[in-house]
Amino acid sequence: MFAKILIANRGEIACRVIRTARKLGVRTVAVYSDADAHAMHVELADEAMHIGASPAGESYLRGDKIIAVARATGAEAIHPGYGFLSENPDFVDQVVASRLIFIGPSAASIRAMGLKDAAKHLMEKAGVPVVPGYHGEAQEIVLLASKAREIGYPVLIKARAGGGGKGMRRVEHPDDFSEALSGARREAKAAFGDDHVLVEKYIEKPRHIECQVFGDNFGNAVHLFERDCSAQRRHQKVIEEAPAPGMTPELREAMTEAAVKAAKAIAYSGAGTIEFIVDASQGLQADRFWFMEMNTRLQVEHPVTEMVTGIDLVEWQLRVAAGERLPKTQNEIELSGHAFEARIYAEDAARGFLPATGTLHHLKFPKAAPEGATMRIETGVRAGDAISPCYDPMIAKLVVHGKDRQAALDALGAALSQTEIAGSTVNTAFLAALAADADFAAGDIDTGLIGRHQQALTAVPPPSREIIATAALAASGADHLPPSEDPWSSLAGYAHFHPMARRTRLRHDEEEIVARVLVGPDRRFEVTLDEPADAAQSREPDAALDPDVFLGEPLVPPVLRPPMTDWEWGTPASPQSPLAPSFTGRRFRQGDEGQRPRTARWPGHVTVFEGAIGYIFAVPDPLVRADEAAAAFDSLRAPMPGLVKLVRVATGDVVTKGQPLLVLEAMKMEHTISATHDGVIAEIAAEGAQVTDGTVLVRFAEEAHTAMPVSAG
Amino acid sequence: MAALQTQISPASDAFRANAERMRALVADIADKAATIERGGSEEARERHVSRGKLLPRERLAQLLDTGSPFLEIGQFAAWSMYGDEISSAGIIAGIGRVEGTEVMVIVNDATVKGGTYYPLTVKKHLRAQEIALQNNLPCVYLVDSGGANLPNQDEVFPDRDHFGRIFYNQANMSAAGIPQIACVMGSCTAGGAYVPAMSDETIMVRNQATIFLGGPPLVKAATGEDVSAEELGGADVHTRLSGVADHYALDDEHALAIVRRIVKNLNRNKTVSLALQKSIPPLHDPHELYGIVPTDLRQPYDVREVIARIIDGSELDEFKQNYGVTLVTGFAHLNGMPVGIIANNGVLFSESALKGAHFIELCCQRKIPLVFLQNITGFMVGRKYEAGGIAKDGAKLVMAVATARVPKLTVIIGGSFGAGNYGMCGRAYSPRFLWMWPNARISVMGGEQAATVLAVVKREGIERKGGEWSAEEEAKFKKPILMKYEHEGHPLYSSARLWDDGIIDPAKTREVLALSLSAALNAEIEETRFGVFRM
Repeated sequence: MFAKILIANRGEIACRVIRTARKLGVRTVAVYSDADAHAMHVELADEAMHIGASPAGESYLRGDKIIAVARATGAEAIHPGYGFLSENPDFVDQVVASRLIFIGPSAASIRAMGLKDAAKHLMEKAGVPVVPGYHGEAQEIVLLASKAREIGYPVLIKARAGGGGKGMRRVEHPDDFSEALSGARREAKAAFGDDHVLVEKYIEKPRHIECQVFGDNFGNAVHLFERDCSAQRRHQKVIEEAPAPGMTPELREAMTEAAVKAAKAIAYSGAGTIEFIVDASQGLQADRFWFMEMNTRLQVEHPVTEMVTGIDLVEWQLRVAAGERLPKTQNEIELSGHAFEARIYAEDAARGFLPATGTLHHLKFPKAAPEGATMRIETGVRAGDAISPCYDPMIAKLVVHGKDRQAALDALGAALSQTEIAGSTVNTAFLAALAADADFAAGDIDTGLIGRHQQALTAVPPPSREIIATAALAASGADHLPPSEDPWSSLAGYAHFHPMARRTRLRHDEEEIVARVLVGPDRRFEVTLDEPADAAQSREPDAALDPDVFLGEPLVPPVLRPPMTDWEWGTPASPQSPLAPSFTGRRFRQGDEGQRPRTARWPGHVTVFEGAIGYIFAVPDPLVRADEAAAAFDSLRAPMPGLVKLVRVATGDVVTKGQPLLVLEAMKMEHTISATHDGVIAEIAAEGAQVTDGTVLVRFAEEAHTAMPVSAG
Repeated sequence: MAALQTQISPASDAFRANAERMRALVADIADKAATIERGGSEEARERHVSRGKLLPRERLAQLLDTGSPFLEIGQFAAWSMYGDEISSAGIIAGIGRVEGTEVMVIVNDATVKGGTYYPLTVKKHLRAQEIALQNNLPCVYLVDSGGANLPNQDEVFPDRDHFGRIFYNQANMSAAGIPQIACVMGSCTAGGAYVPAMSDETIMVRNQATIFLGGPPLVKAATGEDVSAEELGGADVHTRLSGVADHYALDDEHALAIVRRIVKNLNRNKTVSLALQKSIPPLHDPHELYGIVPTDLRQPYDVREVIARIIDGSELDEFKQNYGVTLVTGFAHLNGMPVGIIANNGVLFSESALKGAHFIELCCQRKIPLVFLQNITGFMVGRKYEAGGIAKDGAKLVMAVATARVPKLTVIIGGSFGAGNYGMCGRAYSPRFLWMWPNARISVMGGEQAATVLAVVKREGIERKGGEWSAEEEAKFKKPILMKYEHEGHPLYSSARLWDDGIIDPAKTREVLALSLSAALNAEIEETRFGVFRM
């Protein structure tokens, strides 16, 4: 075994590798960028060295620097994690040339699988089924039609230059082929200027099932069963599981056999994954799976395999790389129970899964899985860490294992609802909704499931009055007054007769909320919600406010208190006796602390947790509020971190409402920022500028309001 | 230290009757307080709110820290005095916490006669400033006032303790390093303009606040110039052009947030030089005070039952327990703070007065604050006592009380009559705070004694002239006197005139005293130098 290895990665996977290395007595070297100077992986490793600026291209993708660090620190091997340099054969060559060991497959294996078409040919030759299709140059209609017949209907005609569904036709029957072909060609020509098409098998109900394989340097290769990763949105895996629901012995045998065959075909060494596409339209059948590609590295979702096999894949990686044989033979590897992994991301599911950033001011994972289940939290961040726009916004992987799928699914739902993350928008509610989705729960999944159910899966019910009141309470600070012996602290809420309520303002989405928080004797409190702000403008000061939520214990004037000793107060006075004149309405006892929704306070915000939903409330600082109100109209801010791709106007230009001003590229999507009103551009971001969430992109000249005619439109 | 033992029997008829009566008294005061807390008429409040302004108590709540206690003073000022109800004399005052600092807040209530200054408004404003000065508390003025109440100008303008004294106090407090902060949220005309102008830092709310020596009508009359109030003295003019104000606020909430920020930046630190202990609640329930205090002021009871329901752990270290027993003196703690307690347990004799003077000397020497629990009919009278020099011994007590420089807090828990009021640190002896229970009475002597004294004089006069005076006639003579004393001795009568700082719920005496004392500790405890004691 190695004495010391370097981990050429960051985040949860770096931490994951360090843990196994430590277990095996292997010392670890971490590398880090500017943004990660205080990251968890840096803290966990035995040594850490800085390798460059925050952008990955200047740090985690700099193979030369990483190799230099490995040599300088005396590391014998480099673990690449996933992503970054993990599937870069040139890097592997450099590592080997530097007389270091790459913990992963050979450069040749990576190259063999790197080119998708070549890989398919290779697999076809090895007897692994690939998706039937015609990718040839010849485009005669007769030839294409005969290829379609060979492939078997339904087929899909796709533009070679295609994308976005343009020039794409699904054909159910040979009679419709020629018409569909000409339609597809027309569209392709118009959209891409190229009417070249391909014909492929149309897979009606595709499932993404992959097989974990492992090889060593002695020609051995085994599989560790399959994982189902069909729950995807835009090709991004969301919840993975092992084994695949509905898996039949026949398909498993055929698939795992094909996978091992594939690994052996390229003399594969280390951890790898063969991805298959499966047609589940008639259930899982042994002749309806096809090779798609091989991932020549450890996968993000590897923990589900570890959970069902009890094998530490990173340990195997290290042993194999160190020249050991595979620790187990195929028949020693057993499948037990069911596991799920949910990927918790900083992203806004309700806004099309826009990536989010922020500082994780509050981060709390469940302490343990429910009775009978086990759980792992794989994370590379701690409370207080920031989600950097430079890297993947994954916060954690929540991995659970139960005796069967239902038990594991229950544990997953419970764990998600006990997870508390505040400081960024996260996808826990979406994950919980998916876990609770009827089709998903029934195991009736395919890669289109999330897309079909997206509306329901991403819809978050508006916060209840109780949630709002809880947010107001937390924002006011009334529920966590600092302890102090000074009477001015300890006698919180004292008034000779009637304590006064303090107004707290909140904002949820675009809604302004006004709550009144009353602190009374013994630090009891009461929250009253005003009617919406616009209605409040015209309210009579003393009119009943019609609030319907109160929180906390009822504040009874002391003279009405129940007897504290064995004597009585006499006849009780009217229960309507004034508490404070402007506060009328029902009051109810909220019960004990434990029943109140959990909250987290972070700068300028409060998050209230209800199940897996974290309702975020902004708590505007009145000192900032004024500036913001003035600034909002006169500037446009970046809705998310990204790159200013294109600037269409210049300073001093007169623009009209709706006119595109610049294009922001964020997470490979382009967002056009248009003028919200007529005006004159005073300032505009520079092309190529990297901006963060909320950066001012455009500022209008101040006189715009008066000097410019108001748009008639 | 042994805790005070209680002798009361909560099941007794007397206890229940007392409790019921006290509960009714407290409920009555609480009801009246609720009325007062509403401020002006509904119409006036509506008009106020429709201008986008917060009501005065809403402003106050927004200014103070969440959950801050509010030690209101003069809540019942002007109660039933000016025909129309002038709630709290049109000005709310009291101590609260802003950014962790205790401050004196003075809030004009524009819904009460436009926030104009009645004689008692002036008196209350000055009393609040006096408290701020004595206890070293920053002052925050939330200004929204039409200035002096013109029909009452002779009682608010010319004298020493009239309107001008407000600015005199501001100047001298500022000189003493006590911050003066004004937040102008409404009109602030003529003399009133000096409140912001004399402040260390001033905020104005746009479209609401105006500061000018002469308003638009006066300007028109004087110079013919047509100008709007906002143009003449609005926030923009004064924060941008004149420099009369320093901060421009968009609305009430913004303005109050600015005040909070200013207080946060004051760089003040409360240092308490007392040896503090951990606070423990009294062993006996303070609510039992309702049943302990007899309906009839003349009915004696052991004041230790009261003390036991105020101090930490009901633990009192008595001083001279067996000497001068009509005055109870001893050391105790109040929310962890050491205090010397002086409480009446009957009429004052020479020994009690000497004991009291001795105890005050001890407290001043040791810099221990004093708490007076006042329930006193007066000093003992009669030949024997006069010959024994009770006047001289009483004078020693009064000398000690008057010159003691430790914080003094007084609660009138029963009668406050005659010279007993002096010896027990009545208003004239400048206790830092003076609070009153709803059952208390205050007058030069008890109504019965006064009526009897007057009847004796009258009878002597009639009989000297050979006339006769029947018992019925005497009773008829005495009745209005009794009624007058009853009326004028009532806590509301006293509070309305600011003879005290407020009427409190007896069950909350501990809290009120703890807050008062803690507030008082913002000022350093001075060395005491007593005068000449008549020996």
